[in-house]
Amino acid sequence: MTQNNGKMQQHTVVALVYDRPGVLNRVVSMVRRRAFNIGSLAVGHSETPGLSRMTFVVEGDDKVLEQVTKQLRKLVDVVRVSDLKGVNAVYRELSLVRVSANATTRSEIIQIVDIFRANIVDVGHDSLIIEVTGDEEKLESLVTLLSPFGVLEIMRSGRLAMVRGIQGDSGANGNSSDAEGTLTDDTQWVREDGDEAKATPLLPPG
Amino acid sequence: MKLNGGQMICQALLNEGVDTIFGIPGGAIMPLYQMLPQFPGLRHILVRHEQGAAMAADGYGRVTGKVGVCFATSGPGATNLVTGLAGAMMDSVPMVAITGQVAREFIGTDAFQEADVTGVTLPVIKHNFLVTSAEELPQVLKEAFYLARTGRPGPVLVDVPKDVFVEEAEFDYPETVDLPGYPPKQEGDSEAIKRAADLIAKAKRPVLVAGHGIIIADAYKELQEFAEKGQFPVTTTLLGIGSFKSDHVLNIGLPGMHGSAYANHAINDSDLLIALGMRFDDRVTSKVSLFAPNAKIIHVDIDPAELGKNVRPTVPIVGDVKHVLNQLMPLVEKADRREWLSHIDELRRKHPLFFEDDDILRPQDVIQQISDSTDGKAIIATGVGQHQMWAAQLYKFKELNSFITSGGLGAMGFETPSAMGAQVGLPDRTVWTIAGDGGFQMTLMELATMVESQIPVKIALINNNSLGMVRQWQDIFYDHDYVATLYTANPDFVKLAEAYGMRGIRVTRKDEVGPAVEQAMEWNGPVLVDFRVEETENIYPFIPPGTGVGQMVEDPRLVQKRVK
Repeated sequence: MTQNNGKMQQHTVVALVYDRPGVLNRVVSMVRRRAFNIGSLAVGHSETPGLSRMTFVVEGDDKVLEQVTKQLRKLVDVVRVSDLKGVNAVYRELSLVRVSANATTRSEIIQIVDIFRANIVDVGHDSLIIEVTGDEEKLESLVTLLSPFGVLEIMRSGRLAMVRGIQGDSGANGNSSDAEGTLTDDTQWVREDGDEAKATPLLPPG
Repeated sequence: MKLNGGQMICQALLNEGVDTIFGIPGGAIMPLYQMLPQFPGLRHILVRHEQGAAMAADGYGRVTGKVGVCFATSGPGATNLVTGLAGAMMDSVPMVAITGQVAREFIGTDAFQEADVTGVTLPVIKHNFLVTSAEELPQVLKEAFYLARTGRPGPVLVDVPKDVFVEEAEFDYPETVDLPGYPPKQEGDSEAIKRAADLIAKAKRPVLVAGHGIIIADAYKELQEFAEKGQFPVTTTLLGIGSFKSDHVLNIGLPGMHGSAYANHAINDSDLLIALGMRFDDRVTSKVSLFAPNAKIIHVDIDPAELGKNVRPTVPIVGDVKHVLNQLMPLVEKADRREWLSHIDELRRKHPLFFEDDDILRPQDVIQQISDSTDGKAIIATGVGQHQMWAAQLYKFKELNSFITSGGLGAMGFETPSAMGAQVGLPDRTVWTIAGDGGFQMTLMELATMVESQIPVKIALINNNSLGMVRQWQDIFYDHDYVATLYTANPDFVKLAEAYGMRGIRVTRKDEVGPAVEQAMEWNGPVLVDFRVEETENIYPFIPPGTGVGQMVEDPRLVQKRVK
C-alpha cells in the first residue's frame, strides 16, 4: 500500500484496442457501469493498422486505478493496457482557443502566443483562433493570460501520453503490464503482513 | 463447401459439441429455425418464454460444464433473454445465445421488432458480436464458444441479421482463435505460490473458502486432497456448495448473511483465509471492515479483477484453481490441527443450524425430507429467497456440483427453467426444484415445456402465500409492515399443474410430506407438489446488511432454549 492510497489523484492509462465498431462503446460502458471517473479520453489510430490507442486520465485512489486497468484488460477488444504511474513519459494535449481581438489588442495577444510557442491558425475581424500544445499546466496558463482579452471558446483534445525512450529507475513499458500485455499478477492493493484490515466503502444492501 | 448462414450456425454448433438448444422462434430468426430439420444431431427444446431459454441453457451449462445454447428472435425475443444472460454472467456460466436481428438494410431504422441487442446486452455479458456477413460466421462462432468456455466462463451473444441467415458463403470452420487481448492465465505465479505456502505453514487457525471456481475448474479432487492434507475446515459459498461434499467432516457449511453461525464464527476467529475461486460477494463478507478481522488472506482466482476488488488479499494469485492447488500441494505440510478443529466443533455444538421440530408443516421439513428421500443424490435447483437459503443450509449434498441457484444476480424465476435445463443435460439424475410461490409464478409457463418435451422435473413448491424473504425483512426492519408482500390470490397450484397435463399433489400436514415426496419420485414425469407451509417461518441465522458477525441474529427459539 502506498502513502497515497485513499487520496484522489490523476493517473494516465494507455490502452491498445482493436479498431472495430462498438469498441469505444464497450470501453465507455464499462467505465460508466463501474462508476469510474475519467478526466479525459483521447482516441486515435496507432502505428499498427487495425489497432487504436486510447489515453485515459483516471481520477481516483490506487484501488480505483488498479480496478480500471484490470477491468479494461478484461474487455476482449482491448489488447494491452499500460498504467503510466511512476513512469517517465511525455504528456501532451492540444487546445484551440478563440479569443476576442481587435486592432489594439491583437499585437499584445501575438506576443503571448509567441512566448507559449503557440500558433495563430485563424484571424477574423474581431477574434483569433490560437492552437497550442503542451501539458495541462501550460494550456491553463495560456488561457489565464488570454482571459482578460475575452476567451470565447475552448476545445481540448484530452491528454496523450507516450513513454520516454530513456527511463530512470522504473520500467520502460508502464507499470504492472509487461511489453506483451499479458495478464500478470499485479494486485498492489494488498493486505500487508501484520496489517489490520482497513475499512473500505460499504456496498449497499439489497 | 458453400452453406447459407443458418446452415453454418447449425454445423458450427455440431462442431462445438452442442446437442441441445433451448429457444423459441420469431420472424427474424426463422431462416435459422427452418434449417434445423437438416441437422438431426441438434435437439431443439421449445420453451414458452425466452427467459426460460436462457435460464435452461444456464442450468444445462452448470451441470454439464458444456456451453449452454439458446436461440431467440430479434427485438422482444432478445430483450427477454437479458435476465438469463445477466445471471449467467454473474455466476460465470458458459453460454452462447444466438439472436435474430432485422435485415442489414433495416438496422438503425427502428424497424419492426428491432432492438439494439448488442448495445442492450453489452454491460451484462462477457462479449457479443453483431455479424455483418455470412462470411464472418465461422470465425465469430469459433470465438464465441472459445470465449464462453475459457478463462472465467460467461455468456456470449451472437446477433445475426435475418438476411445473413440466407446468405451463402464458404464454410471453413477454423481450428484456432486469434484473440491477443484475451490470454487466460492458468498457472499461478511461483513467487506468490511460495508466499502462500509460507503463510499456510505459519497459520494456526486457517479456514478454506471454496467457491464456484472449484466446480468450473473441475478441481474437486484437488480441493479434497488439499483440505485433508492441511486439515483446513472448508466453508463453501452459495455457488461453491457443490465443490465439496456436504457430509465431509471438514465441511463447515455456508458462510455469510444466512450462513451457519459456526462457519461465520470460524471465519471471524481465523488467522488465515484461503479463498479459492470465489469473489468475496457482499453477501459473504457483510461489512468488509468487520470481515475476518484477524486473518491474512490468500486469494486465488482466474479473473485478476476479482483480486483486490472487494477485499484486500495478502497474497493474490491469478490462475486456474486446479493448477494453483497442484502447485501448492507439495509445498503444504501435513498438519495437525486438533486444537483449531475442536474449537470449531465447539462452535458447531453451541451454534447449531436450528429449526423447530413440532407438528406444524414447516418449509425446513420439506427440504429435509427431500434430502432423505433422495439420499442427498438429487440435483437441486432453486429460486431466490428463503427457500433458497433453507435448501442451501439443509440439503445434504452427497454428489458434487448438484446445486443450481441464481447466486450473484438473485433472479427469482430461475428455479423451473434451470431445473429443466439440468434435467435435459443429465437425464439419468433426479432433479428437484425447490421453488417459492413468488418466483415460481415468474416462469411457470415452462410447465408446458416440461410436459411437451417430457422433462420429468419434480417441483417442490414451498408455498407460504408471500414473498417470504421481503416479508421477513419487513418483520425485522419495518415493524411487520407488510407492504405488497402477501399473495392473497394465489391459484390452486394442483389444478394448475393438472391443467398443464402434469401430476399435482397437495400437502397440508407434516405427516404427508414423506409419502408425497416418494409419490412424486415414483411418478414417471413432471410433478408439482404444493406444500402449504407455515407462513410466518423466518430464515436464521441472519447477519443484517452492513454489520458483522457480532450482530448475527440466531433463531430466537434457539436462543431461548440455550437460556433454559
